[in-house]
Amino acid sequence: MFALGPIGFTTPWLLPGLIALPILWLLLRAVPPAPIRRRFPGVALLLGLTDDEVHADKTPWWLLLLRMLALAAAIIGFSGPVLNPQDPDTGSAPLLIVADGTWADAHNWAKRQERISGLLDQASRNGRVVSVAVLSDLPTDQPQFLSADVWQTRLAGLQPKAWLPDAAALNEWRANLGENRFDTYWLSDGLARETRADLLAKFEEKGKVTIMQSPRAVLGLKPVTIKDGALQITAVRSASVNDSAITITAIGLDPAGIERELARVDAQFKAGEMQVETSLSLPPELRNRISRFSIQGIHSAGAVTLADDGLRRREVALIAPNDGREGLQLLSPLHYLKQALEPTADLIKGGLEDVLPANPDVIVLADVAKLTVGQTDGLITWVENGGLLLRFAGIRMAASDLSRGAEDELMPVRLRSGGRTVGGALSWGAPKSLQPFKQDSPFFGLEIPADVNVTSQVVAQPDPQLATRVIASLADGTPLVTRKQMGAGQVVLFHVTANAQWSSLPLSGLFVQMLERLAVSSAPGTLSAEELGQSTWTPVRLLDGFGQLADAGAMAGVAGQELAAAVVSAKMPPGVYASNERRVAVNALAAEAELATATWPARIRVEGLSVADETLLKGAFLVAALALLMLDIVASLWLSGRLTGPRSTGIATVLALVAVSLADPVLAQDTSDDFAINATAEVVLAHVITGDDRVDEMAHAGLTGLSDVLYRRSTIEPANPVAINLETDELAFFPFLYWPIVASQPVPSKEAYAKLNRYLRGGGMIMFDTRDGDIAGYGTGTTPEARKLQKLALGLDIPPLEPLPKDHVLTRSFYLLQNFPGRHQGRAIWVEAAPVDAEQAEGMPFRNLNDGVTPVIIGGNDWAAAWAVDAQGNYMAQVGRGYSGIRQREMAYRFGVNLMMHVLTGNYKSDQVHVPALLERLGE
Amino acid sequence: MTNPAAPTTVLRRNSAELAGALPPLLADAQRLAAMILLGEHGRRHSGTGDEFWQYRVAVDGDEARQIDWRRSGRSDLHFIRQKEWQAAQSVLLWVDNSASMGFSSSKNLSTKGDCARVLAMAISILLLRGGEKVGLSNSANPPRAGQTQLLRLAQELSDNSDTNDFGSPDSHGMRADTRAVFISDFMGDFAGVQKALTDAADRGVKGALLQILDPQEEAFPFNGRTVFESMAGTLRHETLKAGDLRDRYLQRLAGRKAALADLAHLTGWQYFCHHTDAAPRLALTWLYHALERRR
Repeated sequence: MFALGPIGFTTPWLLPGLIALPILWLLLRAVPPAPIRRRFPGVALLLGLTDDEVHADKTPWWLLLLRMLALAAAIIGFSGPVLNPQDPDTGSAPLLIVADGTWADAHNWAKRQERISGLLDQASRNGRVVSVAVLSDLPTDQPQFLSADVWQTRLAGLQPKAWLPDAAALNEWRANLGENRFDTYWLSDGLARETRADLLAKFEEKGKVTIMQSPRAVLGLKPVTIKDGALQITAVRSASVNDSAITITAIGLDPAGIERELARVDAQFKAGEMQVETSLSLPPELRNRISRFSIQGIHSAGAVTLADDGLRRREVALIAPNDGREGLQLLSPLHYLKQALEPTADLIKGGLEDVLPANPDVIVLADVAKLTVGQTDGLITWVENGGLLLRFAGIRMAASDLSRGAEDELMPVRLRSGGRTVGGALSWGAPKSLQPFKQDSPFFGLEIPADVNVTSQVVAQPDPQLATRVIASLADGTPLVTRKQMGAGQVVLFHVTANAQWSSLPLSGLFVQMLERLAVSSAPGTLSAEELGQSTWTPVRLLDGFGQLADAGAMAGVAGQELAAAVVSAKMPPGVYASNERRVAVNALAAEAELATATWPARIRVEGLSVADETLLKGAFLVAALALLMLDIVASLWLSGRLTGPRSTGIATVLALVAVSLADPVLAQDTSDDFAINATAEVVLAHVITGDDRVDEMAHAGLTGLSDVLYRRSTIEPANPVAINLETDELAFFPFLYWPIVASQPVPSKEAYAKLNRYLRGGGMIMFDTRDGDIAGYGTGTTPEARKLQKLALGLDIPPLEPLPKDHVLTRSFYLLQNFPGRHQGRAIWVEAAPVDAEQAEGMPFRNLNDGVTPVIIGGNDWAAAWAVDAQGNYMAQVGRGYSGIRQREMAYRFGVNLMMHVLTGNYKSDQVHVPALLERLGE
Repeated sequence: MTNPAAPTTVLRRNSAELAGALPPLLADAQRLAAMILLGEHGRRHSGTGDEFWQYRVAVDGDEARQIDWRRSGRSDLHFIRQKEWQAAQSVLLWVDNSASMGFSSSKNLSTKGDCARVLAMAISILLLRGGEKVGLSNSANPPRAGQTQLLRLAQELSDNSDTNDFGSPDSHGMRADTRAVFISDFMGDFAGVQKALTDAADRGVKGALLQILDPQEEAFPFNGRTVFESMAGTLRHETLKAGDLRDRYLQRLAGRKAALADLAHLTGWQYFCHHTDAAPRLALTWLYHALERRR
């Protein structure tokens, strides 16, 4: 390929054609343009006039230049220019394209895909067969070498995974590569890994290897920990080249349940450092909402770390009975709870009434037997909304009648009276120890220390449901801990005291673990394998390679040990896993992870990711040539005077059309602005287009007539009324909409309804006119129009209505009126109902009504027809007969004036009620 | 005429064409004339007529039946009611209907000929309303008064059979003491105009020259190599650079206008130049006053 700088030519033998350009120049200069024939009566005056110059008008140099450029562009265009021509890959062996496909790839995956696509294009041109493999998602069989076009179609399906390639799968695949030789392009994610060397050796054995690796550092976020109440956030990177700043955002649900950024913190990598730590101190309320942290602007699973129970500090309210005496501290029912919970939870103290509004996660009632009705109701609501009520027994509970006859709502079981004591000084038997926890118990797997024993307890009344409610029991089978689900929350009862009076449980480590399992407290730090136990953890939300959280769907659960190992793989992708109430996060980047840049032997060619693409310029040049020729046409027309003069209209029209079509969007903008300006420069009455031409015309004429009357009689000087299309026009400009109802009109779209409701809320008024006042009253639904109105109004935000009361401000906003005829002398019209508490003040003629204008007026008197005038000012519709008809029309106009006064001045006239009082005050 | 049916067909077609053209011409002219609200301006002398002129004290010799008893009853004297003297004058119109009048530079503008005809009809309406006799100088029909004459005029004006490139005024039917109006673009032979006008002046005919031009004829907005042809195609002028001719053309046009104005001045006529894109009312008003002034 012949190349000039960055541009190559596919058919360079056309280029000598450029030499012809100067010849063309001379030719064009020599030939004058063809004459135009014009009919012109003034020719008589021209006779005998001679031209000053013998030469014809020469084609001006700039037109020549234009034509030469056009020709040059055409010649160059046809000679096939290519920007950044790439050296054709001479290889013809099969090609293997390998991408790591890990989370580190995800951030610029699109670029990688582009690169692969480019390689496929090249291979397609060279007729090479290709196989594409993603190391994090390897096929089980041999690589498929197919035509590049096939892979091109599959390319979009290749996605990066949130985990690293599995060594075992990699080995298997490597061994399975087959006998044939192939060249390899390896798109590396840039992270060092032990598996790379073996694979590279294998690839080199097979053929030429080219590595593509972005020089940019890979960023990752380690799991966040809590230290001294502050969140410790650690970010790592793979290359320590220079200073770079990152922003880490904490994301979670806001109180409205919408996911948003809750906090952000900046961190600065110093040159030479691979790791940066920063801390973030947040109020517990906010911190508990955080679901994940991510590095802003980096889309990869590694740059996201999920928050789990380890970061949550539950709010626990501790309520002790009011004994009204200064107890000894070690005897306080809450002492051991405080000790157990203080490191891992935020404790709230106070009365139950004070605590409930704070909506804590857990409320602990230690030996509280009596609750007031209000407290009980509050607690029930709180539990049903997801609270955990943890109750401890005690002397008071044992002595009370709580849950004795019937099960108390806030108790999991019925209790026998008195309770029992075993192994005491005055009793038989030895203190009881605990039975191992059953499989379905949340405590399953906890080791029971031998020295935990129980001497006293309250005893559950045997009930059919008792067996399902027991989650821990004594060696003799009596329930020790019972639980009941209630709405979204639960009630748990420890049948012993919270202090060491009745048992040694609160003194043991088991107590703390039990509280943890009940999610009363959360375990600090990461969980060990033992803590995770034998339970199975089901994924709740999973991260994809790009760091997006999604519901796990029907993924299989993961065993506790695997979870403890925290090695993410296809079987256990990073995400949030849950077992009962507990949640554990598995992150793409473990706490001890280090990132390092992958290094390659010097013999291997390493390319960057971005390579200037080969761009074919043929099209651009040809378009330029065409554009120049178009320009030449216009210019020649203009030069020869054909753009002006009698025969130019057609051409000028075409040009104008082109100009208009180019300028069209601007024009539309202008017209919408014009619409707004017209509508707002003056008061404009508006009516809704119903689609029935006759009704629309009448509505328009009616508003015109009303506008004229308003202009003559009042200070309202409306401009010409406009017709409104509910779907397309902005309503906010109009104080008043007249909406005649036609049975056939379409129901507005959802957007239009939203607009209408916004309009009504924003103080607009719509007057519905069913135009059937001669045959029906409103609300009977007997006419098609009335039924249509009901259908139309369904979507509208219309307040309760009432027939217009006699003291409504509409009756006196300009004229004093009591009936409101239009073309029909219909019955009542309906307006927004007055508030129930509106009272008639002493000595006042009107009730003291509230503020505000009724948002709708509904009637059927066909007012528009009564108001309608044509262009000459003649009435368009017959109203009544004779003098009474004239009177009726006059009253219709008066109603219109009152209406508009009401629309524009609101309840101003209603305030006249206060005039006597004001006058009186002025007089003082 | 090989086809026996042809004469009637032609006749019918022509009559349809005529009938088609007449109403718009009449309507245009009526509308134009309606813009000028003028009463029947009398001669400002007492005489025979319809309009009241004055009461005069009866003197000896007045017939008793002439006495206006109603007026006389209000005083001790006898009064005679006199009417204004109204005399009809003849106005001859010459409207150029040559090919050059068929020119219009844009679809939005009427041709010069249409403009001229409408103006001629409008002034005819005004004149006929004023009781004058109006006729066309190049027609066999003498000037007459009355509404029928209007139709006749319209018919004659609609006949544009002249295929010459340029027309020259026809003054042979003019009698002394008539008025004349020449409406044309006066682009053709100037000698013809000169001759007609001096002839008319010799016979004591006074009148108005109304030159009608297309805006393009005033502007000469041409460039480049152009072949100009007259409307009928008899004249032709080729230029390589039309733009260069503009100044000289405009000079000649100004010269032609000046010559017309001078000639009018010499012969006691009035001269006015009207453009087809200007409001015809101006031209009509001017024309009306030009005719009225020398009455």
